[in-house]
Amino acid sequence: MENILDIEDLHVHFHTYEGTVHALGGVNLGLRRREMLGLVGETGCGKSVCALSVLRCIPEPGRIARGRISLDGENLLEKTEEEMRAVRGSKVSMIFQDPTSSLNPVLTVGEQLLDVITTHQPLSAKEARENAVEILRTVMLPDPEPALKKYPHQLSRGMRQRVMIAMALSCKPSVLIADEPTTALDVTVQAQILHLIKDLQAKTETSILLITHDVGVVAETCDRVAVMYAGKIVEIGDVISVLERPKHPYTVGLLDSIPKVQKEKPPLGLIKGTLPNLIDPPSGCRFHPRCAQVMDVCRAKEPELVEVGRGHCTACFLYSHRNSSVKNP
Amino acid sequence: MTGLLDVKGLRKYFVYGSLLGKTILRAVDGVDFSIEKGKTVGLVGESGCGKTTVARTILGLTEPTAGEVVFDGRDLFSLEKQEMMKLRSEMQMVFQDPYTSLNPRLTVEKIVSEPITTHTKLRGHQLRNRVQHLLEAVGLQGDHSRRYPHEFSGGQRQRIAIARALALNPKFLILDEPTSSLDVSVQAQILNLLRELQKTYDLTYLFISHNLNVVHYMSERICVMYLGKIVEEGPTNDVFEDPKHPYTQALIAAIPIAKPRHAKMDVVISGDVPSPANPPSGCRFRTRCSLAVELCSEKEPALRKIEFDRLVACHFVES
Repeated sequence: MENILDIEDLHVHFHTYEGTVHALGGVNLGLRRREMLGLVGETGCGKSVCALSVLRCIPEPGRIARGRISLDGENLLEKTEEEMRAVRGSKVSMIFQDPTSSLNPVLTVGEQLLDVITTHQPLSAKEARENAVEILRTVMLPDPEPALKKYPHQLSRGMRQRVMIAMALSCKPSVLIADEPTTALDVTVQAQILHLIKDLQAKTETSILLITHDVGVVAETCDRVAVMYAGKIVEIGDVISVLERPKHPYTVGLLDSIPKVQKEKPPLGLIKGTLPNLIDPPSGCRFHPRCAQVMDVCRAKEPELVEVGRGHCTACFLYSHRNSSVKNP
Repeated sequence: MTGLLDVKGLRKYFVYGSLLGKTILRAVDGVDFSIEKGKTVGLVGESGCGKTTVARTILGLTEPTAGEVVFDGRDLFSLEKQEMMKLRSEMQMVFQDPYTSLNPRLTVEKIVSEPITTHTKLRGHQLRNRVQHLLEAVGLQGDHSRRYPHEFSGGQRQRIAIARALALNPKFLILDEPTSSLDVSVQAQILNLLRELQKTYDLTYLFISHNLNVVHYMSERICVMYLGKIVEEGPTNDVFEDPKHPYTQALIAAIPIAKPRHAKMDVVISGDVPSPANPPSGCRFRTRCSLAVELCSEKEPALRKIEFDRLVACHFVES
């Protein structure tokens, strides 16, 4: 299957006074057409930087040092800023974590939504307005017409996130990046928003990259999942095989540390140590200082992604001797 | 049932407004529960349901509007100021955000020793030893004591906050979302630590969280709160296996489970939590409930016993 979005060997550096932070150290990731790919990892592992690089919106002092990001065959890193503006919002759009701080508090919902629509589509004022009401209806915002005149503070958090989703989908993008879209919401509202995103995906055939720290959210919504650790993808594959038969020691540790609803309550599994400092990342495999199964080769060489099952790849030397490496899963 | 802590009819109203009129926000509106010694009771609910207000009112950090809290046989709200201060050393709290609950200008040693110098006469060498011992008990190193909070990660800061809470050998700890700002792997470390400490020091916990997995893991009993009231209470395993109240059912169904082929009830409730300043009449959940009929808007369901050790506030649940 051909990928809609391909990220190849992406390196992102942040130049700070203390040194260069190697936020992404060679990320390879492909988003297939019409799939929902979950990107999971803990705080600071580079999930959001990865998403922002696709939009070329990395905040200062970040730089894309090398790599290639191709959307539908076009390399986004070679585009001019002017060309990028046409991509953002129309071909690739993004939903952020906190709907309260990502909406403009002094503009009405209608003004913000119409802004996105009229920037990318040649529509008359009336058509744009009809379009806006229609899209608010698809995200199940109650009373869409009067909602256009409301300010963000007059809506609840769940409703604001619906408005954000409406804005992101208003130009029918081929790729939607959802960066922790439900983290700021309560569980019952989270369930509503996840249902909505899934429904809309089925209707619009958008490919979605869902970034989250919650493995549960991935298990319930995504087709495939990529696990990230310290700026690298350590494991990727379809949700069932990765979550039921995790291979990489980090994925195993991450899944063991989640409390499960069951009668017996044994102590939770632990990953010893803490996240490495990415100014001076560990040599070889970045997980080796915390890994219980570390070998000599792990300190010396960086593991490549190898296939361990159908479409299930992991970057770990425990599996590399009997499998061939895969370039872009 | 009398436990170490008994909360009866606890109410806390916040009154605000202007010349044009006053609004009464019923943050906690009649809450009863009790915690047995050495056990953990979990308090769950969504943001704004009054969980934290319950905690703060129990400790006397805000004045209650009505009700009583009996701790170890003494009614907290009728105590003199001095007696209350003494009793406070037996009840401590760990807050949600370790980035704002530690004073950035104090060293770890100062932070952990502050309660000790306030309440006891321990000073000098003995005080330093006590602080070292506490830091080691929560899994930090003794030489961390001269550092400042910004030098620590979120998980380590939460350990400092726990060391501070343990400084006076309390009997009872209120843990208010102690892991919700932490990553899962760090959360696991803190939860394991809290369970070990509970065993070692025979502690009693009130564990507050919006994360049902975590509450399930930590507590023997669970109280589910909705808009200032408890809607269901019972032993944790029973409530999770067979939730009775429609809200509890929806809440449990809404937890994302990290197992891809997990079969679950498909109960998605619509809408948002109404404002506690203007709660719906009758049953407060009726605006989002699929079972709601006229009776629910007229009469408020009382929290009643439906089977051994299970309490539910819903008109439709049969005994």
